[in-house]
Amino acid sequence: MKNLEDLEKKINSELTTKINNTVIKYNQIYIETDKEDIIDVAIFLKTNKDTKFRQLIDITVVDYPEQNQRFEVVYLFLSHEFNQRLIVKYSIAENEVIPSLTSIFPSANWMEREVFDMYGVSFQDHPDLRRILTDYGFEGHPLRKDFPLTGHSEVRYSEDQKKVISEPVKLEQNYRNFDYESPWEGTKYIREEIENNDKKN
Amino acid sequence: MTKKIKNLNLNFGPQHPAAHGVLRLILELDGEVVEKADPHIGLLHRGTEKLIENKTYMQAVPYFDRLDYVAPMNQEHAFALAVENILKIDVPIRAQYIRVMFCEIGRILSHILNVTTQALDVGALTPSLWGFEERETLMTFYERASGSRLHANYFRAGGVHQDLPKGLEEDIAKFCETFPKIINDLESLLTDNRIFKQRNVDIGVVTKEDALDYSFSGVMIRGSGVPWDLRKSQPYDCYESLEFKIPVGKNGDCYDRYLCRIEEMKESVSIIKQCLAKMEKGPIKSLDGKISPPPKAEIKQSMEALIHHFKLFTEGYRVPKDEIYTAVEAPKGEFGVYLISDGSSKPYKCKIRAPGFSHLQSMDYLIKGHMLADVPAVLGSLDIVFGEVDR
Repeated sequence: MKNLEDLEKKINSELTTKINNTVIKYNQIYIETDKEDIIDVAIFLKTNKDTKFRQLIDITVVDYPEQNQRFEVVYLFLSHEFNQRLIVKYSIAENEVIPSLTSIFPSANWMEREVFDMYGVSFQDHPDLRRILTDYGFEGHPLRKDFPLTGHSEVRYSEDQKKVISEPVKLEQNYRNFDYESPWEGTKYIREEIENNDKKN
Repeated sequence: MTKKIKNLNLNFGPQHPAAHGVLRLILELDGEVVEKADPHIGLLHRGTEKLIENKTYMQAVPYFDRLDYVAPMNQEHAFALAVENILKIDVPIRAQYIRVMFCEIGRILSHILNVTTQALDVGALTPSLWGFEERETLMTFYERASGSRLHANYFRAGGVHQDLPKGLEEDIAKFCETFPKIINDLESLLTDNRIFKQRNVDIGVVTKEDALDYSFSGVMIRGSGVPWDLRKSQPYDCYESLEFKIPVGKNGDCYDRYLCRIEEMKESVSIIKQCLAKMEKGPIKSLDGKISPPPKAEIKQSMEALIHHFKLFTEGYRVPKDEIYTAVEAPKGEFGVYLISDGSSKPYKCKIRAPGFSHLQSMDYLIKGHMLADVPAVLGSLDIVFGEVDR
């Protein structure tokens, strides 16, 4: 399909109940679907002669810790034939296992490993779900919003033990996250400190 | 009498000159034939995406230099475009030409490095000595515009940081006259070289179908005969007004990819010339005081400029709640930024799509059945830089 509106109609009429919502903005189509339907949607997008989204550009997750369905899984597709981009999304709760796209797009392999490493989302039927970017033996999932920027452990060479050791992070100074939006009341961490002192007194 | 033969597991890297950085490749060898390759990446992981979530939009730019550090400004371009699209601001025409010109300089920087080190990996030393001299010249152009040879931090949402210094345009024009001769010299060393061809022709062949399935982009997909270049198909900034050709390979082997890179360098020189010819005097960044910082001289005179300066360098500008994926044709392929803003002055999420990540992923598919000596040749033609693969 040459034109985005036609493509939107086509996707809605062919996939009907599998699509929850479609939006066109910035020359791209954003589609919302469900976890159960993602395989069907991906196969349709890849094989249908009017869509031909042959390339999976990336897979990622967005973390919204305050929501019930904490993670939003995002797939980016590209169609060379029609020169179009498409974004597919669905929400899942923490600890939910989601289907893997590796059988449809071989390139999904490392992308899913990265999602697993960074967010701790597991994939069903993934051939080789290991950590990919973090260190061997790393604990935690760094891109979750509740993972601290400084991490939990730091690594150094120990002169006594003659080897590299890992120990909990010690900061000489607290990490300062200034709250620029209300400069007159002071930043949050100072206010908290004042309140704590008040309680002690 | 029969002997039991066991496959040999070999660790290639992380400290190997042909690993192009910190790649640990675990190879399973049957004699000299590679049965399986398992790349272990992440040794250069610095948590760029996490850091960007904790910085303002302006503070995030330097992190992009450190991704693909041989062509820093191309990465900055993707981020600048993403922010501009959400903010809906226009970039002055001079700034567009400056940005495109430096992106093409970045492309030449990256391709020189790749072509010459690939030659080095298969045994030719001289090309790298000749090529690096030119890279040095190009990096002084970077330095004169941005103050830094490598980590430029030059592009901003809405334009570039500063105008070009006096005389730089003339010097770049002079370079465009002399550089094609250097490319010819490099070609005379490599293109018809018997050893170079023996090592590269029919090595690491990628078919059209597989190039699509493995999410290849850039030279990796063009080498296999797919005419796909984002500068043509989804033009950004002023690429629409420039004339250039897209070199496409036939066989999808290492040698075709080498040829594509050489031709692309020639096209880049022509783009730089066109940019220089079309560039007119004018503003180089958005005139919106809420986004672009005021000139230093004005701060001492104008109250408003002082306030803008203070707010921009403490809180930074706020970006309305939205999400967008923008991609640019970086030297190595499609480099994309998936940016989610939440209305504050820091990105809520910034996913970086690095071309090298999907290219390296296919290592097992590319190298299966090849000899051990072909590993550096294939790795070289993938054009891997670990800054962007590991992020």
